[in-house]
Amino acid sequence: MTAVDTAAPPRTARATRLTHRVFLVRELGIVAALVLLIGATAISNHRFLSAQSVKDLLLGATILAILATGQAIVVITRNVDLSVGSVLGLSAFATGTLFLDHPGIPIPVVLVAGAALGAVCGAVNGALIAAARVPALVVTLGTLYVFRGVDYQWATGKQINAADIPQSFLHMGTNTVLGVPILTLFALVVVLCAGFYLRSYRSGRELYAIGSDPAAARLSGIAVGRRVFFAFVTCGALAGLAGVLYVARFGTLDANAGLGQELNVVAAVVVGGVAIFGGSGSVYGAALGAMLLTTIGSALPVLGVTPFWQRAAVGALILAAIGLDRALSVRVTKSLQRGVHQ
Amino acid sequence: MLVLEGVSKSFGAVAALRDVRLELRAGEAHALVGENGAGKSTLVKILAGAHAPDAGTITMNGEPLVLHNPADARAAGIAVIYQEPTLFPDLSVAENIFMGRQPLRGMRRIDAGEMRRRAAELFARLGVQLDPDRPARGLSIADQQLVEIAKALSFDARVLVMDEPTAALSGVEVERLFAVARSLRDAGAAVLFISHRFDEVFALCERITVMRDGQWVSTDAAADLTVADVVRRMVGREVGTLFPKEQAAIGDARLEVRGLTRQGYFTDVSFTVHSGEIVALAGLVGAGRSEVIRAVFGVDRYDSGEVLVDGRPLHRGSASAAIGAGLALVPEDRRQQGLIMELSVERNATLPRRWSLASLGLLFGGSERRAARDWSQRLQVKAARLGDPVSTLSGGNQQKVVLAKWLATQPRVLIVDEPTRGIDVGTKAEVHRLLSTLAGEGVAVLMVSSELPEVLGMADRVLVMHEGRLAADIPRHQADEESVMLAATGQGDR
Repeated sequence: MTAVDTAAPPRTARATRLTHRVFLVRELGIVAALVLLIGATAISNHRFLSAQSVKDLLLGATILAILATGQAIVVITRNVDLSVGSVLGLSAFATGTLFLDHPGIPIPVVLVAGAALGAVCGAVNGALIAAARVPALVVTLGTLYVFRGVDYQWATGKQINAADIPQSFLHMGTNTVLGVPILTLFALVVVLCAGFYLRSYRSGRELYAIGSDPAAARLSGIAVGRRVFFAFVTCGALAGLAGVLYVARFGTLDANAGLGQELNVVAAVVVGGVAIFGGSGSVYGAALGAMLLTTIGSALPVLGVTPFWQRAAVGALILAAIGLDRALSVRVTKSLQRGVHQ
Repeated sequence: MLVLEGVSKSFGAVAALRDVRLELRAGEAHALVGENGAGKSTLVKILAGAHAPDAGTITMNGEPLVLHNPADARAAGIAVIYQEPTLFPDLSVAENIFMGRQPLRGMRRIDAGEMRRRAAELFARLGVQLDPDRPARGLSIADQQLVEIAKALSFDARVLVMDEPTAALSGVEVERLFAVARSLRDAGAAVLFISHRFDEVFALCERITVMRDGQWVSTDAAADLTVADVVRRMVGREVGTLFPKEQAAIGDARLEVRGLTRQGYFTDVSFTVHSGEIVALAGLVGAGRSEVIRAVFGVDRYDSGEVLVDGRPLHRGSASAAIGAGLALVPEDRRQQGLIMELSVERNATLPRRWSLASLGLLFGGSERRAARDWSQRLQVKAARLGDPVSTLSGGNQQKVVLAKWLATQPRVLIVDEPTRGIDVGTKAEVHRLLSTLAGEGVAVLMVSSELPEVLGMADRVLVMHEGRLAADIPRHQADEESVMLAATGQGDR
């Protein structure tokens, strides 16, 4: 190597630029799909873009986006949490019960209580996975039923209606600030905080390292078990928070709140470009994925697509997202290897 | 500076290290040499905190040192560069270097700019051109190795352990690495260098420790030793008549491999195995032996060259074509590649030919059991019942089931990878007798083995690989420990 070489730009700079562009493309791709979908729907029915309709759209995406944020944190570590729907249901029912028993309870206390209950559920998941070394898929499939069972047992004979919930709390679910629903602001804060944490903190980067290569993470001295445990606690806490917001939004609830949500959440995360085998992706992508899935749900009926085809459309979207990820990763890998050997 | 005394480590019944001692001095480069399986890598893992020793003590500057995990080793200033780089493919090169130790700014945030700058600085010090921002995915082995070295540099290691770091590096890169190692050494660090390349060992190191079969053999000043001394101490074993190969009529060429090349793994490998012949493929770990046979068998792809069985070219990249042409492969890692541990002995034994045993596409227990019983008797598999899961058998008996599985296909060419690794002496002899019998029946046998006595005892010819190329083709009467070892370490031409 001579001094001339040192002055030359690094030989992989071009490939690196492509990599960055691809990641940009990945998230911009969802935005583009979103814009296209909204545009097409608005052309066919101009009321789709009315203030009320936009508000409904944002509200609909809020809870899914919060769940997807927690799920993304777990998936990045090469795990999965299937119990989030049940945790949401449990937390929602606990919130309703709190209001029944303590009508004057301050709202911030309720938010913290819901998140804390979720965190406890997440800790159960995390402890089983980290300590007992059982795959997350199996553990959380089990707790999915256990948490739901607890919820059913607790909810028997009880009914919670909007009349039992304080008006101020229900207003939180309907009011807007500058046209943006308050609940959506919650989701925005959660997504931005999680995104900032994952990008800028050592422990956040370690989550990516664990998902990228668990064995290498251990050899690098990363406390793998502890990090995975806290990923599940975080995911549970966010599901608990989502449960509280669920009550604010719908007012009326039974023990079935959040039933089946886990698959929508995983779908949002995958569509949002978080690699299912961990190590890459962002919570921004996951939140955008949640937004896209919700928009499809409301746009397809407007476009005149029969309900029978809506689920198939969501499925096709997941397959398309996975296909795109695969194609991009093949291209990037090739380009990076060329970058080295050129 | 760093002293290991009486260190022992066993994995199950296998003793990997017995009463090993090692003394590293500040400002000195120390070489650790030994054959494959001598226990060098286990020793490295202990220094890295990845394995805890069963017995023995480690002291650093007179203070006892207990390494519970890799973080402890790092805190003690021990940096390890592994044979296989351990990078995170999805993360950037700079993050890989600083994982867990990223430079911080306000609110304990990671200072990405500073991290990039320091990574670039390290690369400048190493004299390499790597973009700190690119992901580690797609880096060549040599570049990955350089990232590992940059990592070790980044935390001013007091002890630098390098486990065969040069195997994948070119001459220029090796020189650069040595310059870095020397500058660390001159700055007062202790360097432990593990390598099979004697020229490098003698160029870099002041003292040399030789290990054999998990035990310490000697430690001497490099100036007092010659390459021949070191090789003698590494092998220094009686080659008895433990593994007699019976004379068999050598027939026509069964397996021909011509100019086989896979970029980054092996280059221009050509050889022929005749019927009735046992050909051993020897070489050091990482020389590309397993990769070659996997390519021959069609499990891995190759870039150029061809494989012929009985003069007919074999469709590349297809294991089923290879099986159809009469090839059988007994893989190295029988637990992961050779057996389905949960299935019964008979199921495993008949797996590759379940179609020929089936009637109308259905498998009936009777025919399976009959076929399994035949072969189990021939190989003297010791299983309580053939219906028991394979996981309940001993290592040696598992290996016999793998052999039974492939022998039942009546192969024309049998490829075995480390056929006797981890099995007891008695079973070893049985496996050898079996291979010999098969050769006598006209099967062409290609055997990959790291055990020199096995190679020398069994093979009609010894092919030696060195860094992805065939370094030597030694007929039985000329093969001895020194000739094979010298060729395997790249000293064959001298």
